Amino acid sequence: MSDPSLGLTMLGLIVVAIMMGFPTAFTLMGLGMIFGYIAFWVPGHLWYDNRIFDLIVQRSYGVMTNDTLLSVPLFVFMGYIMERAALVDRMFHSVQLAFRRVPASLAVTTLMVSAFWGIASGIVGAVVVLMGVISLRPMLNAGYDVRLASGVITAGGTLGILIPPSVMIIVYAAVAGQSIVKLYAAAMLPGFFLTFLYLVYILGWAILNPKIAPKLPPDKYRVAVPDYLQRLERGHSRRVVGGLLATVFRPSLVQGATAPDGRPVRYGLIVNDVLALMVPLALTVGTFGATWWYVVIHNAPTAATTAAVSAPKAAAITAPPAAAPATADSEKPQELGEAETEVKSDEPGRAADAPPEEMGSVTESGVAGAGEVPAHFYQWFWGLAAFSALLLAIYYRRMDGEQLEILKELSASVVPLGVLTFVVLAVILFGICTATESAAVGALGALYLAVMAKYLRQVCWWSLVGAIIGVGLGWWEGEAFASLIVSGSLGGTFLGTVVPGLWNLKTSPDLRRNIKEATFLTAKTTAMVCWLFVGSALFSAVFALHGGQGLIERWVLGMNLSPLGFMIVAQLIIFILGWPLEWTEIIVIFCPIFIPLLSHFQVDPILFGTMVAVNLQAAFLSPPVAMSAFYLKGVAPKHVTLNQIFAGMMPYMIIVCICLAFMYIWPGMTLWLPEFLYGS
Amino acid sequence: MNAQRLVHAIDEVSYWSGKAFAWLIVALTFVVSIEVFKRYILNAPTAWIFDFNNMLYGTLFMMCGAYTLALSAHVRADFVYIYLRPRAQAALDLALYLLFFIPGILGLIYAGYGYAADSWRIGEHSTITAEGPPIYHFKSVIPIAGALVMLQGLAEIVRCIECLRTGAWPLRLEDVEEIDVIDTQLSHSEYVDEESRLAAMETAHAIDEAARHRSVMEEGVVHERAIKKDEQNKP
Repeated sequence: MSDPSLGLTMLGLIVVAIMMGFPTAFTLMGLGMIFGYIAFWVPGHLWYDNRIFDLIVQRSYGVMTNDTLLSVPLFVFMGYIMERAALVDRMFHSVQLAFRRVPASLAVTTLMVSAFWGIASGIVGAVVVLMGVISLRPMLNAGYDVRLASGVITAGGTLGILIPPSVMIIVYAAVAGQSIVKLYAAAMLPGFFLTFLYLVYILGWAILNPKIAPKLPPDKYRVAVPDYLQRLERGHSRRVVGGLLATVFRPSLVQGATAPDGRPVRYGLIVNDVLALMVPLALTVGTFGATWWYVVIHNAPTAATTAAVSAPKAAAITAPPAAAPATADSEKPQELGEAETEVKSDEPGRAADAPPEEMGSVTESGVAGAGEVPAHFYQWFWGLAAFSALLLAIYYRRMDGEQLEILKELSASVVPLGVLTFVVLAVILFGICTATESAAVGALGALYLAVMAKYLRQVCWWSLVGAIIGVGLGWWEGEAFASLIVSGSLGGTFLGTVVPGLWNLKTSPDLRRNIKEATFLTAKTTAMVCWLFVGSALFSAVFALHGGQGLIERWVLGMNLSPLGFMIVAQLIIFILGWPLEWTEIIVIFCPIFIPLLSHFQVDPILFGTMVAVNLQAAFLSPPVAMSAFYLKGVAPKHVTLNQIFAGMMPYMIIVCICLAFMYIWPGMTLWLPEFLYGS
Repeated sequence: MNAQRLVHAIDEVSYWSGKAFAWLIVALTFVVSIEVFKRYILNAPTAWIFDFNNMLYGTLFMMCGAYTLALSAHVRADFVYIYLRPRAQAALDLALYLLFFIPGILGLIYAGYGYAADSWRIGEHSTITAEGPPIYHFKSVIPIAGALVMLQGLAEIVRCIECLRTGAWPLRLEDVEEIDVIDTQLSHSEYVDEESRLAAMETAHAIDEAARHRSVMEEGVVHERAIKKDEQNKP
């Protein structure tokens, strides 16, 4: 027996039942059970012989073997480990020094750091409270406008749930049956676009009205340059690079100078500085090398040497990836391409040994696979390479002791987390591994960072051993050069995590506590999300059985909405639902109602999902229900009122709405990257 | 206080089982990472790894359901609920436990038992790959997890009754919370001044609690939310 009136009753009951505040997973399960029992009731059968029992167990087993949801615990675990491993106040301090000459530097730093840490953590409350403690007081002390200071913290704190790798997007992918990878690619540009709009707003406001963000007094951001570095500074502009490199060969240059800790300078300190000096160079070379590898070797079908990787999947690509986001000039790639050789020729001398070999291995297969390489790739590549080389050269040429100190701070605090996030995203987006695999490697990397934060020296040595073993194993298998790098880094990460981690587990309560907390929190969050899934899977099956879904569809179609009208109505409903509900419930319970309607209105489910993710940003920033305001108020000094915080949030909410409008008018922004990477 | 002790005993069971199975996430991380290495570098993929990953993940979340319930961490739309008095909350909860929770979970246990029993009888193996690994023990997770959740649900029902009797919610056992990261972050902080650091670390839980209820933490109100581990056995 099934009939639409029961379906309607179900719909009415579910709204009431959810509002009653019972754990939603069990509400759904109970309702599904009861109504399913009625639907499958066959007079004459025994009471316990009802097909609803098959349905519930099938649905539960379906969630237990859902390979999209499989990456939820891994990403959640990565987030919990990372938010404990990276010290935010240190990050804030170093980024603030790096941005010290930018207008409203503290606000810009706050936005950057909270977005960045939010990417790792994804927990709005924690980000807002922490940034409230770390950055609100400095901003207020510096005379910043209260609205500016509080708005930037709340807006930055919510960004984390949007920018990949975010758990919300995985859950949407599981609900809508879309690929995680495509959704991540789609959320990428809107996420950064939104951050960019926030930045434009802050900078614009600060430039138009400098009073709201006074410049810091110089003594607040002066960096103490240690004695030995002051000695090495040369010339009027106090360049330090030459002197430092010379010291490597003639340590006597700094003889008698004292290190910051008061002891005489040791050789290790110099090596340390030189390594820090190499970081920007290594990052640039690494990015370009990886791009080259991806486009020229990985994608070219003829390059059978990289048999280990699934080339065919990505072969559909027809234009240059990765290099494209940079917006450097495309008019003069040709002559820059020639100029590049000179610039580069004096650089690799002191670079890591990577570039020459990479280029060597590339030229052969580059020729072989040239037919498959997208048009203009070489111009773009060399043009951008030359441009970056030029920037780097200027940067190094003008570097003084102060900047070297900042660079050292940055490489210690921001770079590890940044590289990990970047690698995880790149590996997912470029289809090298599946999302689950990259999530696991990301979680391993997070553990690595957590151990490294405490036991740098041991981790370095064991990583070296692991890298050698990894490369050795790869070599033995006859892998190509690029795979050797991968296997080396995997081996290094693995051994560098496991051995020092296990070794020190007994003596370090901090490490034990961090891992324990992260593990238990992961279990809790995963169980919360997945039990909700079990409940909603049962509920939606029974709901469809009663014809409830069809009823809604007919009703919505009967309203004769235009696609634009539908989109506005749907987003408005989700926006309003975002006030009282958490994102899990919105995505798992309410999105499935809209998703079947999307094809009728010719809305791409990927675009819709990304818009929902952006939309929830607005919902979480809308006064007077936004939770983040209350979190901030909790840590703010007493004179900051709730109304001031709300006033500060308002503009960001409007910016999110503008971003939504942009996304609708110009779907290309969202859909360009997924189409570009995976074809349409 | 017999009921209280019974509830805490059940809580302990749920905590223990949840925390024990929580470690599967570490196993999952390492298993998948090693498999990445094996497949992409050594060209030696493992056939049963797909099933094995599913088992790790499925067991993880099913077995932690009771733990999550014991911490009342299952998501709930509490925008009306929080404004009720504890007695009203307890009455509402009690009714809904009886109406929704018991039939749903009973159905899950009953159906899961039959499902697992069938699987054991035929010695079922996974069909995702040829000669897949056995999955009957994996299917047994459904009734076992259901039973654990049911046990914890009974404890919650006792809690509701207790609250109806006394007018205040019995305290829960202490456990890690998301907001604890503030503690971890700030205890190592070098750039935040001592006073605001300590203040934030002390009030983080209260702020979290208050913000979830969309209200501002009141001055001087001590939020006693959980029983510390060492106080648990005191009368």
